[in-house]
Amino acid sequence: MQYENSYPVKGGDFKEAGKVAVLVKMALKKMGVAPEILRRAAIAAYESEVNIISYARMGTIRLQVRDDHIRIDVEDEGPGIEDIELAMRPGYSTATELIRELGFGAGMGLVNIKSCSDEFEITSEVNQGTKLRILFRIPETG
Amino acid sequence: MNLASVVKALNLRVACGGEYLERTVKGGYAGDLLSDVLANSGESDLWITRQTHQNIVAVASLKDHAGILLVQGKEPDGDTLEKAVKEGIPILVTDLPTFEIAGRLYGLLRG
Ligand SMILES: Nc1ncnc2c1ncn2[C@@H]1O[C@H](COP(=O)(O)OP(=O)(O)O)[C@@H](O)[C@H]1O
Ligand SMILES: [Mg+2]
Repeated sequence: MQYENSYPVKGGDFKEAGKVAVLVKMALKKMGVAPEILRRAAIAAYESEVNIISYARMGTIRLQVRDDHIRIDVEDEGPGIEDIELAMRPGYSTATELIRELGFGAGMGLVNIKSCSDEFEITSEVNQGTKLRILFRIPETG
Repeated sequence: MNLASVVKALNLRVACGGEYLERTVKGGYAGDLLSDVLANSGESDLWITRQTHQNIVAVASLKDHAGILLVQGKEPDGDTLEKAVKEGIPILVTDLPTFEIAGRLYGLLRG
């Protein structure tokens, strides 16, 4: 199994929220990835996408599939995160009232990504952007 | 139990997706915070919410929900309907508030 695709995400484009996550899920489904892994990858893709839309100017979500793992790399150009530990705290959110009214901004996005993935790394540079490296292991079958 | 039986028993209005009512409803989840629903709802749940904007469609689609149930007679936004039709997500409407309709759905599925 070998698949790669890259999806652009535009900051502020709330109408399109979830579009990339749905594409990621469809691609994984087509490749026959197990539903349990598929659903976890979809959650991570969705929360990553919504964060770019909510906080950054623009970004990319890159999907890589191999026999034994799925990797999602997220990169954005934006304000970055000053205190990553604080941002990772459940319930911590700087989302605006407008974002909250849409049901986003519960402060659970980054923790959700972390808890649904097998490996998670976040790095950020203030005034430049944020990078996530998310990995899902595919157990050997047969 | 399938969606059609739920629609009938709870007297729901079908806003769209009438062709998918044979879908099985395994359970329910009530929530208006998308991150919470994403993390904690299950496959084939009927998702009870008061959110009517188009972002609910992607969430239901990603989580393989049986459908979305809007409470308090809330109508889906125009672009929500459009998206739901495109993605094959049934949207149902009840006049009851969340507490009451969740209780009735629970009684129906688990009672
Ligand atoms: N890509 C990003 N760029 C800048 N800030 C971010 C980014 N992602 C997350 N953050 C910051 O981290 C906080 C927590 O993010 P998250 O856990 O997704 O919750 P929420 O988005 O609901 O606030 C956000 O409120 C925001 O301040
Ligand atoms: Mg978020």
